[in-house]
Amino acid sequence: MATKKAPEKSNVSKEELLKFYREMLLIRRFEEKAGQLYGMGLIGGFCHLYIGQEAVVVGLEACTKEGDKRITSYRDHGHMLACGMDANGVMAELTGREGGYSRGKGGSMHMFSREKHFYGGHGIVGAQVPLGAGLAFADKYKGNDNVTFTYFGDGAANQGQVYETYNMAELWALPVIFVIENNHYAMGTSQARSTKSETLFGRGLAYGIPGEQVDGMDVLAVKEAGEKAVAHCRAGKGPYILEMMTYRYRGHSMSDPAKYRTREEVEKMKSEKDAIEHVRDLLLNAGLSSDEELKAIDKSIKEVVNASAEFAKASPEPALSELWTDIYA
Amino acid sequence: MAVDVLMPALSPTMEEGTLAKWLVKEGDVVKSGQIIAEIETDKATMEFEAVDEGIVGRILIAEGTSGVKVNTAIMVLVEAGESADAAPAPAAAPVVAAAPVAAAAAPVAAAAAAAPVAVVSKASADWPEGTPMKTMTVREALREAMAEEMRANPAVMLMGEEVGEYQGAYKISQGLLDEFGPKRVVDTPITEMGFTGIAVGAAWGGLNPIVEFMTFNFALQAIDHLLNSAAKTNYMSGGQLGCPIVFRGANGAAARVGAQHSQDFTAWYAAIPGLKVVSPYSAADAKGLLKQAIRDRNPVIFLENEIMYGQSFEVPDLPDFTIPFGKARIWREGTDVTIVSFSIGMKYALEAADLLAKEGISAEVIDLRTLRPIDYDTVLASVQKTNRCVTVEEGFPVGSIGDHLASTIMQRAFDYLDAPVITCTGKDVPMPYAANLEKLALVTTAEVVAAVKSVCYR
Repeated sequence: MATKKAPEKSNVSKEELLKFYREMLLIRRFEEKAGQLYGMGLIGGFCHLYIGQEAVVVGLEACTKEGDKRITSYRDHGHMLACGMDANGVMAELTGREGGYSRGKGGSMHMFSREKHFYGGHGIVGAQVPLGAGLAFADKYKGNDNVTFTYFGDGAANQGQVYETYNMAELWALPVIFVIENNHYAMGTSQARSTKSETLFGRGLAYGIPGEQVDGMDVLAVKEAGEKAVAHCRAGKGPYILEMMTYRYRGHSMSDPAKYRTREEVEKMKSEKDAIEHVRDLLLNAGLSSDEELKAIDKSIKEVVNASAEFAKASPEPALSELWTDIYA
Repeated sequence: MAVDVLMPALSPTMEEGTLAKWLVKEGDVVKSGQIIAEIETDKATMEFEAVDEGIVGRILIAEGTSGVKVNTAIMVLVEAGESADAAPAPAAAPVVAAAPVAAAAAPVAAAAAAAPVAVVSKASADWPEGTPMKTMTVREALREAMAEEMRANPAVMLMGEEVGEYQGAYKISQGLLDEFGPKRVVDTPITEMGFTGIAVGAAWGGLNPIVEFMTFNFALQAIDHLLNSAAKTNYMSGGQLGCPIVFRGANGAAARVGAQHSQDFTAWYAAIPGLKVVSPYSAADAKGLLKQAIRDRNPVIFLENEIMYGQSFEVPDLPDFTIPFGKARIWREGTDVTIVSFSIGMKYALEAADLLAKEGISAEVIDLRTLRPIDYDTVLASVQKTNRCVTVEEGFPVGSIGDHLASTIMQRAFDYLDAPVITCTGKDVPMPYAANLEKLALVTTAEVVAAVKSVCYR
């Protein structure tokens, strides 16, 4: 077991570490289950798993307050679970059932929760970036101090609309945090094969937006950077860019054999940088928790995930009349 | 040698203007490049520079004169010692407009043998009978609609290119910045995809944005957000995330601006479930429908027409009125044929109906006003009465609104038809620049007349 980080963050409480552990583990187990249900034919179409990137959303959610908003791409299951959406509703949407967040009409890539201020789940690469800035625009217009977390990947970072948005976000000082989840591969194209830019956050500097690169596999580093970004936004200073250096363990989608990278590269990340193992080590090495306590958490997470799978299988398909509802508000 | 200074065309669609102010008087020496007058177009007050040098021999059009046609002589410039009387007679205005229509209409007039039919205008039911009316341009009606809705609801705001300080590229938003301030009238950079996405997000965030596209040609840069972000999310979210937003601007051909700036997108947008699509003809409809659009909880594509902006109509003088979507307006009742159109197509439809009336053909003219939803019932009821139908629109022929109506009529009223439905559309070509070719590319009154005669077997 790799122990690459000493528990140097003395201000992190046991409760918080356990919360991170629980939340990241929920995402991982949920995604593993989703992969399994996909293999069984219960989930169809596109299904993009978040395994490996858990620290990003869990660390940033720790910086939010009520009313803050989040929006992301199609790799969205982790974001939904991290912001408190119900695992049953997410899994039932994956199986296209009535109990899903969109009553089966959205699927893996298109889920939303007004209640949790989760604005999707968007299938078009990069489209969520101006949309997220628009949510921030509304908050600024209304005069509150909420922020919007706008997540996108290294692939989306090459879409033109990202830079149109940077320009206006800084011009109008919108309270939006652009979170680039840099997992190094835009589907099968590595960052080196798609840009000469050494960093992605650095592009924001051309528009006057401050930013930084963050170890996205370290939930504590993510939270620390997130708090800085949030403070910047809430103070009315405009947008901030966080380039989260992260890694997805699985393929781009379920049908991706991931031949564009070596097995060794993946194994190295898993063994040396895994976000969940990191927190586990912190807890155990500092004597903050025990194997028994963590095993009990593992068990309770497994129960939640299994229950969501059972719910998602048992929930009926939407009524045929649902075809014609919700076209208009 | 004396030269005439002519009334200039200062915009692609300008046909006449007001000579607001002379900055020179008779006897003044004028240099090339000197500003000699202020001319008010339908969009702005423009300074007019002299091209030739000379002495102002005579001012032919007094300042303050409105309705001065383009190419009218407004001033005579003479050389030193020359008399203004020596100036050549003002040249006749070039015969450009209406020529093809007149030519094509000629045989129609010759064939007129039947007794003319009486014109029966159907009173609109959109406002109470006896409502006082005021004359207003489509431009003023659109502006009033936005101003009234912005006064009524603080969440309504306008964004787009040049909507604020410039007062609107087509002057639709004139005065709104002064009244509502920069928070609610937001000038954007030229960045359609970006600001459209931001506006959609803002609508989800609780605002009611009105997005002005300078023209809908530029909305192509933003089409992903119109379709994928705005139109589909209510459905994809199981009804959680409606998008109350209006996208408005000039659609279709203006005049002489070429293929990339002359395109009617009505049928495109009308194909998309989740959008509502509006395209008014009259000023009253423009006002009532835009107010309705701003209040709607769904994304509304509001297609205006640049040529119609300066046209005047009677508008109800009411503090507040709206016109519901999905309700066509019968402009003229008739018995022999149904002509269905919308937006500027109505101009050709109504002109054709006038010409046809002189020949004893009674046309019922229907303005659809909204293309999603479409008022099929009014069209079908009319076709069941007249047994013939011609559709008129400026858009391309393939997959046109007319095609859709023809198919609907065939499926739902086949037994009532005495002739195939004819669809009059723009031609299946990119819009050419040359004046004669542009005319040929657009639908004409003569084509509508010919189509009606064909379905009437006349």
